[in-house]
Amino acid sequence: MAELHLPPTLPPLFRDLPRQLDIAATTVDEAIDRLDERWPGLRDRVCEPGPVLRPHINVYVDRERAGLDTTLETRSRVDIIAAISGG
Amino acid sequence: MPRILLLVGTRKGCFLLEGDERRRDWSVRGPFCEGWPIFHAVHDPASGAIYAAAASEWHGAGVWRSVDLGESWELSSEGLGYSEEGPRLSKLSGLTVAHGRVFAGAEAPGVFESNDGGATWSLLSTLDDQPGRAAWNDPGNQPPGHLGLPAILAHPHERSRFWAVVQGIGIFETTDDGASWTPRNRGLRADWPVEDPEVGYCVHKLVMSPADPDRLYQQNHCGMHRSDDGGRSWNEITEGLPSDFGFAAAAHPHDRDTFYVIPLDPGHGRCMPDGRAAVWRTRDAGTSWQRLDRGLPQRDAHLGVLREGLATDELDSCGLYFGTSTGQVFASADEGESWSEIASYLPAISSVEVAVLD
Repeated sequence: MAELHLPPTLPPLFRDLPRQLDIAATTVDEAIDRLDERWPGLRDRVCEPGPVLRPHINVYVDRERAGLDTTLETRSRVDIIAAISGG
Repeated sequence: MPRILLLVGTRKGCFLLEGDERRRDWSVRGPFCEGWPIFHAVHDPASGAIYAAAASEWHGAGVWRSVDLGESWELSSEGLGYSEEGPRLSKLSGLTVAHGRVFAGAEAPGVFESNDGGATWSLLSTLDDQPGRAAWNDPGNQPPGHLGLPAILAHPHERSRFWAVVQGIGIFETTDDGASWTPRNRGLRADWPVEDPEVGYCVHKLVMSPADPDRLYQQNHCGMHRSDDGGRSWNEITEGLPSDFGFAAAAHPHDRDTFYVIPLDPGHGRCMPDGRAAVWRTRDAGTSWQRLDRGLPQRDAHLGVLREGLATDELDSCGLYFGTSTGQVFASADEGESWSEIASYLPAISSVEVAVLD
């Protein structure tokens, strides 16, 4: 199970979505699929058609910048970050 | 006694201002929609629902909806997007409710509709057969703001007939529910070269008189214009106004000849001229104009009002409301004769709409 950390802007949009949870997935893309199954619409909040990550959404796996195809290890830590932007 | 609900879309969420029939005392609720930038919020008098078009820097575009006058909100973007090969949907910039449907205008330009109260959406049209259409999606061809298709005006009686405004391109009418479209820009002025005389006009705000669906008004980048034939032809009515430029405009709810506009400096500033706030009114369909400024600030008031920033209510003595780019809301309960500031410190305002609740 990968340990997933979500930005504070996401839980208000989905009932009972926590900031942190464990997910069984082999890639970042698959982890987002698992989230979208439990919280329909969540994929659309972090990805655009392509699919690609939205421009101001960054993902880190074990503190390294990652993409949708980045593979996950059993105890990987995944941070989905809403990048500093706007004002 | 009816209650008046103002729906105020701002750069930091949606706000609701509530007052009674006298329209003197107001309470403010909000921010709603998690502080997402709201481009346009509207009320559906048939269902009672509120819809707010939004686009988050982080989480994309969607429509928030509340069925309990703002007590709770839900966001949906299901179906709001183009195909994998299609253009990117960056924002939803205009909403319209009519005949049990909700329409959303999008950037890149397209019309989406919902038939289930905003729960799901589908693409109705991208106006593909129109002159010059291939260039519309290129950001290099778009005016500042990148609004795409910011407005859809529905005919009050004919379900399949409506008009769409494409920013920097013009107005298009459909009478077959979006299957085909006809440019409706004849008589408009452009201060730049136009390759095809049917398109290439910068329509800022298109308004229909509730008293006569053939009577349309528009604030254009280049002047004020009136149509007496549902947009088939336009006549300029700018003379008497201090500027031919502005964004916001509103029609009187009962009189087809009365119309309101907020002229702005046409340069980069785009604020009310000379730092003196005013709304302008015609009561003779644009033959003459009156400056309305009693109660509005008359010095150092460099206020901007965007295209959805002015609205009228439907009471006998109609109320007017406008919201500024610096977060003030001004209201008039006497058809614009006198004004008061009813909110002072909201975030930058994109839109103001009115609901009269029983």
